[in-house]
Formats: sequence, C-alpha cells, structure tokens
Amino acid sequence: MHPLRRQRLAIVLLIIAGTAAAAALLGYALRENINLFYPPSDIVAGKAPVGRDIRAGGMVLEGSVKRASDSLQVSFIVTDYQANVPVTYTGILPDLFSEGEGVVVLGQLDAEGLFHADQVLAKHDENYMPPEVTDALEKAKSQSGAPEPSKPY
Amino acid sequence: MWAWFHKWSSPRWFYQLSGTLLPWLAVISLAALIVGVAWGLMFVPPDYKQGNSFRIIYIHVPAAAVAMAGYLLMATAGAISLIWRIKLADMVLKCAAPIGAALTFLALVTGAIWGKPTWGTWWVWDARITSVLVLFFLYIGIIALYEAFDNKEAAGRASAILALVGAVNIPIIYWSVEWWYSLHQPASISFTGESSIHPQMLRPLLLTITGFYCFFGWVLLLKVRNEILHRERSTRWVRDLILSR
Amino acid sequence: MYFETVAELLAMDGHGPYVWAAYGITFATLVWLVAQPLVAKRRQLRELRGFLRRTEGA
Repeated sequence: MHPLRRQRLAIVLLIIAGTAAAAALLGYALRENINLFYPPSDIVAGKAPVGRDIRAGGMVLEGSVKRASDSLQVSFIVTDYQANVPVTYTGILPDLFSEGEGVVVLGQLDAEGLFHADQVLAKHDENYMPPEVTDALEKAKSQSGAPEPSKPY
Repeated sequence: MWAWFHKWSSPRWFYQLSGTLLPWLAVISLAALIVGVAWGLMFVPPDYKQGNSFRIIYIHVPAAAVAMAGYLLMATAGAISLIWRIKLADMVLKCAAPIGAALTFLALVTGAIWGKPTWGTWWVWDARITSVLVLFFLYIGIIALYEAFDNKEAAGRASAILALVGAVNIPIIYWSVEWWYSLHQPASISFTGESSIHPQMLRPLLLTITGFYCFFGWVLLLKVRNEILHRERSTRWVRDLILSR
Repeated sequence: MYFETVAELLAMDGHGPYVWAAYGITFATLVWLVAQPLVAKRRQLRELRGFLRRTEGA
C-alpha cells in the first residue's frame, strides 16, 4: 500500500477507535441513567430515590391487580420474581396491561415504599404468535400438565 | 482484487454496469414489497396479544434494519473516499444519506404509531428509541454538512469524517435493548437460533426486508447515476452517451 | 384471507387507523424517494443536452 494511503488508513482507524472509546466512557459514566427504569429488586434495596420522578419496570404479579369499584383507581404489584413493589394508579390502563405481563410505570416512590404511578405503559416481549397457536399451547399444557416450553411454539 | 476494485471505482464502468442491474433491483423490490405487504396485511393472523396493530412490523422492522445497514454502507464509502480518494465512494456517501434519513424517519414514525396502541404512549426516551433518533440527526447532519461547503472536495471529506464518527452509534442501537432496561423489546429474528416470531408471521417479514434492501439499492443507484452524469458532464463518454440518445 | 370483509380489513378490530396511517406514510415516503431521482434525471438530461450543444458550438 502507498505510504500516504497507509497514513490515511491509520487516521480513519484512529477516528473509529477514538469515538468508540469516547462512547464507551460516556456509556460507563451514564450507565445507570440510560436505563429506562429500575427493576423492583433495586427499588426494594433502596437504590431508587424517594419522592422523585422515576420509572419502575417488571412483571405484573399474577393475582395482584385490585380495581376500585367506584373509581379508576387500581393497585397491583410489580415484580422481578426477586422483589415486589406495590403500585397505585388512577387512570386508564393500556390495552395490553394484564397480570403476568411486562409493565413500566412512571411516578414517585413514597417513604413507605408504595409507588404512586402517573403513567402506566405496557411492555411486551419479542414473541409473536397467532392466537390459535397460543390456544393450542394452552390446551396441551392443561392436558399434560407439562411445564411451558421455553420457546412458545 | 485491486483490479476489480479499480474497475468498479471507475464512474463510467459503474454507470454501464448499474444500468443493467437497475431493472432487476426495481422488479425484485417492487415484487417483494407488494407480495410481502399484501400477505402481512391480509393473510397473516393477528398477534395473540397485540392484535392487528402488530402488522406494522412488516414496514417498521425493514425500515429500521435498512436504515442501519445503509449507514454502515455510507460510513464504509466515507472511509474508502478518505483513504483512496475514490470519487465514486464520495458519490455513494452523498447519495445514501437522504435515503437513510428517510428510512430512519419511517422507522421512528411507524414505531410511534405502533407504540400508542401497544405500550400506551407515542414516545418514550428509552435507549433504543433515543439512539435511533440520534441516527436520524446524524443522517441530517451529514446532508447539511455536505451542502454547507462550497468546495465539494472539502464537503466530501468533512461528511466522511462525520459518517465515521457516527458509526459508533450502530452497535449502540443494535445492542441497546440488551445492555440497558428499555421499553422496546429485544429482536425477534435470530440468525443463530430459533426466532421468537412464529414462522407464519416471519415469512412475509423476510419478504418485506428483502424488498426494502433492494429498494435502497435501486434508489441509491438512481441517485449515484445522476451524480455521475453531473460530475462527468465534460467527459467524452458522457457526451457520446447524451448525444447518441 | 384472514379478514371476512373489506370493512373488517379497514377496521382491523379498532387498530385500523394506526395500521393504515403507518402504511400510508410509508407508501408516500417510498414513492417520493424513487420519484425524486427519476424526475431529476429527466431534468438533468435536458440541461446536459443544452450544455453539450453550447460547448460543442464554442
């Protein structure tokens, strides 16, 4: 290779390495802040600030959703199966909100550890299936009593 | 290899070869897009949780994938034009930027439209969505930088450097959903293992992804050919080409 | 076909506005992307012919 071109190649590689290093440092410095939400185990461990706007994310614990009969007030528990955070929310829930599904809530934590949500977002997973397939899976599961396969089909 | 490299980097040779490639890309992309979209919109069953809104996947995922692949192509062209000063690479850099910007815009807009019925919000500042917004601004920045210089050689060099610097964003977008907690779900198509999207739903998606890739190639060639004619307008071969028509 | 009627296809169980808006914007953008260089080429060929005729005459 021509020495001038080799020199230019070195400069190009230097630019790439330099920006990669800068991005890695930035990512390291901001590592906690880039996360959109705190998992329940971090909140229970006291890593999340109290009284400030934060997000919590995890699964809605099965059987934990309680709706008030006279208002839109609803309470449920967000879990990562290691720790639980109780959440209270007043408003309309997204269509995909249900027990056993992913959720991200925006709001403030109070001193008692109760999460007052201003916004509830449904977090869905990467699995896409037609309804008949899930029905067949449910049927097979209830008949054999076998545990759910890791891949849903 | 070097002979091949130099042959392809000759604008005249590229113009002739791309002319034969062009109709194929056009036909494949249109066929794949029409069949894939019709299949995805009308024949595939809805998702068990998301219902029919999931059908947006057939444009959202291809647009995002090609926007990122297009950026890598553009940054590679930038590196080649910086090192070897090949005019064709500079033209590819200049012509790929607006196509990539449009596809990134589509990925953001279709994602927002999908997010409303699925998540309950149009927009959220999570790592995936924010890094794709950065990709959009990088594309816009490269277009603007290219236009800002009167000296086209300096314009090409400055844009190429920006393209290289921005390339660091591509792995960030790709792995953002795994490195950080985000609202956006991880990838459903796996190249190494089993995909977590049902084969019935995957097939039209593979078609539209193919269609978007060919579409990108088609439009890129159209733009590069225009650019070649413009920059080589004083050469003999362009004169013969124009006057013989 | 999954949907029984055209009306069902348009409504998509309430998701119709989202799905059709996404596809509409995509269609418009793709048409614009491909039309723009085609129009530019026509204009350019016209200009080039004039340019070459002038330089030829000179």
